[in-house]
Amino acid sequence: MSIEANEEFKPKIVAFCCNWCSYAGADLAGSSRLTYPADVKIIRVPCSCRVNPMFILRAFEKGADGVILCGCHPGDCHYTSGNYYARRRMTLLFSMLDFIGVEHGRTRVEWVSAAEGVKFSKTMNEFVEKIYSLGKNVRLEDLRCKS
Amino acid sequence: MQKIGVFVCHCGTNIAGTVDVKKVVEMAAKEPGVVHAEDYQYMCSEAGQSKIIAAIQEKGLTGVVVCSCSPRMHEATFRKAAEKAGLNPYMVEIANIREHCSWIHKDMQEATEKAVILARAAIAKVNLNAPLKAGESRVTKRALVIGGGIAGIQSALDIADAGYEVDIVEKTPSIGGRMSQLDKTFPTLDCSACILTPKMVEAAAHEKIHIYTFSEVEKVSGFVGDFTVDIRKKARSVDMDKCTGCGVCSEKCPSKKNPSEFNRGLGNRSAIYIPFAQAIPNVPVIDREQCIKFKTGKCGACSKVCQAGAIDYEQQDEIVTQKYGAIVVATGFDMIKLDKYDEYAYSQSKDVITSLELERLMNAAGPTGGHLERLSDGRAPKNIVFVQCVGSRCADERGKSYCSKICCMYTAKHAMLIRDKYPDTNVTVFYIDVRTPGKNFDEFYRRAVEDYGVNYVKGQVGKVLPQPDGSLLVQASDLLDNRQIKMEADLVVLAAAIEPNPDVRRIATMLTASIDTNNFLTEAHAKLRPVESPTAGIFLSGVCQGPKDIPETVAQAGAAAVKAIGLLAKDKLLTNPCTAQSDELLCNGCSQCANVCPYGAISYEEKLVNDHGIRETRRVAVVNNALCQGCGACTVTCPSGAMDLQGFSNRQIISEVDAICR
Amino acid sequence: MQELRDRVKELLADGTVDRVLGWKAGDLPYNPEAAYFETVESLDEFVYNGFCGANLSKMMIEASKLEGKTLVCLKPCDTYSFNQLITEHRVDREKAYILGVGCKGKLDMEKVRALGIKGVEQVQGAEADGDAEHLTFQTIYGEKNCSYSAAMLERCHVCKGKEHRIYDELIGESKETKDAERFTEVEKIEAMSPEEKFAYFQKELSKCIRCNACRNACPACSCRKCVFDSTKFDSAQKANVDSFEERMFHIIRAFHVAGRCTDCGECSRVCPQGIPLHLFNRKFIKDIDTFYGEYQAGSEADMRGPLVSYTFDDIEPGQTAERG
Repeated sequence: MSIEANEEFKPKIVAFCCNWCSYAGADLAGSSRLTYPADVKIIRVPCSCRVNPMFILRAFEKGADGVILCGCHPGDCHYTSGNYYARRRMTLLFSMLDFIGVEHGRTRVEWVSAAEGVKFSKTMNEFVEKIYSLGKNVRLEDLRCKS
Repeated sequence: MQKIGVFVCHCGTNIAGTVDVKKVVEMAAKEPGVVHAEDYQYMCSEAGQSKIIAAIQEKGLTGVVVCSCSPRMHEATFRKAAEKAGLNPYMVEIANIREHCSWIHKDMQEATEKAVILARAAIAKVNLNAPLKAGESRVTKRALVIGGGIAGIQSALDIADAGYEVDIVEKTPSIGGRMSQLDKTFPTLDCSACILTPKMVEAAAHEKIHIYTFSEVEKVSGFVGDFTVDIRKKARSVDMDKCTGCGVCSEKCPSKKNPSEFNRGLGNRSAIYIPFAQAIPNVPVIDREQCIKFKTGKCGACSKVCQAGAIDYEQQDEIVTQKYGAIVVATGFDMIKLDKYDEYAYSQSKDVITSLELERLMNAAGPTGGHLERLSDGRAPKNIVFVQCVGSRCADERGKSYCSKICCMYTAKHAMLIRDKYPDTNVTVFYIDVRTPGKNFDEFYRRAVEDYGVNYVKGQVGKVLPQPDGSLLVQASDLLDNRQIKMEADLVVLAAAIEPNPDVRRIATMLTASIDTNNFLTEAHAKLRPVESPTAGIFLSGVCQGPKDIPETVAQAGAAAVKAIGLLAKDKLLTNPCTAQSDELLCNGCSQCANVCPYGAISYEEKLVNDHGIRETRRVAVVNNALCQGCGACTVTCPSGAMDLQGFSNRQIISEVDAICR
Repeated sequence: MQELRDRVKELLADGTVDRVLGWKAGDLPYNPEAAYFETVESLDEFVYNGFCGANLSKMMIEASKLEGKTLVCLKPCDTYSFNQLITEHRVDREKAYILGVGCKGKLDMEKVRALGIKGVEQVQGAEADGDAEHLTFQTIYGEKNCSYSAAMLERCHVCKGKEHRIYDELIGESKETKDAERFTEVEKIEAMSPEEKFAYFQKELSKCIRCNACRNACPACSCRKCVFDSTKFDSAQKANVDSFEERMFHIIRAFHVAGRCTDCGECSRVCPQGIPLHLFNRKFIKDIDTFYGEYQAGSEADMRGPLVSYTFDDIEPGQTAERG
């Protein structure tokens, strides 16, 4: 598995955001013009508990370099308990990914409220920076899909 | 195969200034399923919507992608437009290329590339969308008001006047709340009891209002229009029906030295007590922890003197289950605890008190009969210092980040009342800022300064030191004169920050209503929906939503009531169609999904299924669409993928992932 | 074993049960296979010895659909799986007559082969009810010996205990065989660098031929239709030529059974390629124990698993890197 060295590294980063808090936090970051790199693409889900590990592995399969999940703060879930389940699931999944050699830094969970545009932007900046420092993720990529 | 139309909005220059919208149209047109793509200045405008409608009708579109602002802004608008054109509204998806793209990126090429990818993801999703239909649910024409302070009373009165049944649940033995503890009210200085008690009486006498005092909400299930609530009526030990409220029991009760909650611990009450003279209901309650009968088994004095035979030591808590269509939260506030503010010597000196304690000391029905005196030695204070912002606007973790809003005004009131009644008393107020927005508020404050000679000093009090002679040494800084002040005081009054009632966390959890980091209930929209919780059917009244004074509280209580009335006036509600669905052929019947469902929306049935020719009875999950709120917790718990979420299906989300990572 | 066979015959004969789920001899002395017995006569073929590693609890899912009661022979560790299946409503307790059979550790022919013992024709010392500390093999190369313990399955070295967690009747003695720490192997991998971890699993998982033996044997992995065979996630298997597929499959498989896996070790036992699949499950178990308190799936029926519960102050995913 070789990486083309002359190509500038543009990471692919998938951010899953819950509709009620984090997606609104991202909207607030937008309306407050708080920039973060365009490498981050957001997928709206109703709740952090909607995020299936299959989605995260799928992203890594398709060449994502980092995956971040944002939800309401513990205690603030619109559905009361969704983020608590998400927290356990992601704790275990990310620990497992680390176990098979996908650095912990490529996965992240952050609780961002609808009021935390600043936090959203800061989190994304940090995360993208981390992914740049880790470099391209070749580990889980399905090499056949690359033309 | 879908026939998808893509509509790219310029949003004036909000999007088009950073995103090459023509390029987005060009790229989107190449995506699978896309048969139409165009851009327009303002898609949300009447003209923009007509473009969508026209395209749907002329080209027979089966799906629509609008690349525009956040779906939180205009998803509903575009769905309605699609519906007008005869397309199922759930065949519309939004690519958020404003908040998530044009507004945060500066480089045109970068932003355009991202906008194209976001459009692709939305197109990929729409390719898998299916028409959804909203269900219907019924509305129980009865409202619950949690909290019996002025906010709760006002909301209840307004709802009841509109003709709906209302229940008030109040935790303490009487309704009335904080307002009943106040002496006078700003800016008019009318007596609090004089304006509150008639409302209390009106609520109690209203044929549509039922009041549960000394009661708490124990359990809430259901959803907007159809909540089921368990109310715990705590054992009062007094039969409400028999008691005449004569008060002899309290007089004869030998356990008299119990700090009175109503008087903020400044006075005592007996173990069987009515919290205050105008309490509603005018029925005492036995404090079982202080009652000698409950502690030792001996006594029974109250029972002996009660001619009505109303005392019932055997009384048990009772659970009342009731259905409601709407719930108004009016849980109010309390002062913060001052145990972390040792510099003000609150715990060391009896003569350092909070403003609410001062209210009781100045009240004619208070522990001193309205005579202002030092609690340590009963002397009349000659020098009084007020300290503002104790725990409010506080940068560190001891206090609250917010402004408590009411302190500036009530301190001006206190200062004015003291100077009026005891003109030889010196009153000094240390403040950071004096905030007096509100009708006649600044005039009121200026009267305190100009007409009543209250000494306002901009600066913070650093320390209050109790002196051996019983006086208090106040060390402060005067920021305007840039000097340190040391002054002697006989009484120090702390404007402690207010905070939401600590019970609100528990109540919010039961209601699945969100609260912010300060425990204030979150409104559905900070500006446009300030009296509604994001959780449908829950309305916010009073300080539970944020600091407020009485007129604001009453106004909000009325607004919350109107919202509740608007809901109760409907016979049926449309339900969210983005609910979970179980594929009975894939379901294992393992019950894992039911374990994580916060709404109890999943049940199991023994069902005869036909699985590719195999007919057998299987235990399968069934989702109640009226209860399901569409969080999706069940879908991830389900290992076989039998449980899926309509509108956010596994394949839809995976298609978005694929489009983004392509 | 005679006592066991007699008792089984008796229960079938007197109508207590309608069939028996046990083992019968295979074509070799060390590969008995799971079997149903419907008649007393057929029970002459019933065997139970050290090679009867197969966990029969999963077969009770199908047996629960049959008329009448099925007698099932369960070893102590199998009863955890049975409890878990009860929790998940997959088996009908009323339709099972659980005969708890003794176990002194089950044998792994791969271990025997690794000791250089090949061409085995006969085995002595593998009887379920003997006290033999050694195994004697008659091979085409002559007689060979090894200790019983050296030939035991990995799972028996980390045995959960000799107690049956659920049963109607017990027959035979069981023995504690634990002589190793359950998480040693997991810890060894955790200590590796990301590159080493990746290389390790690359090497192990590249052996996977996607035969689905692990999935078929696993009592927790018992969906009517596996997500990898359905169209629900676009995850239906393609040709298994790339490394990702295996990884995705095994991570998801382990995730789907996380909190439900009793660590019965069947996945590793049945893997024809000898992939230590149990490591995935055990990593989850270790994390669950560390982060949420010790939890043994199937130790009781109707327990609430760690992934369908939570506490308000659970560890944050970001903190596990420091603690885990």
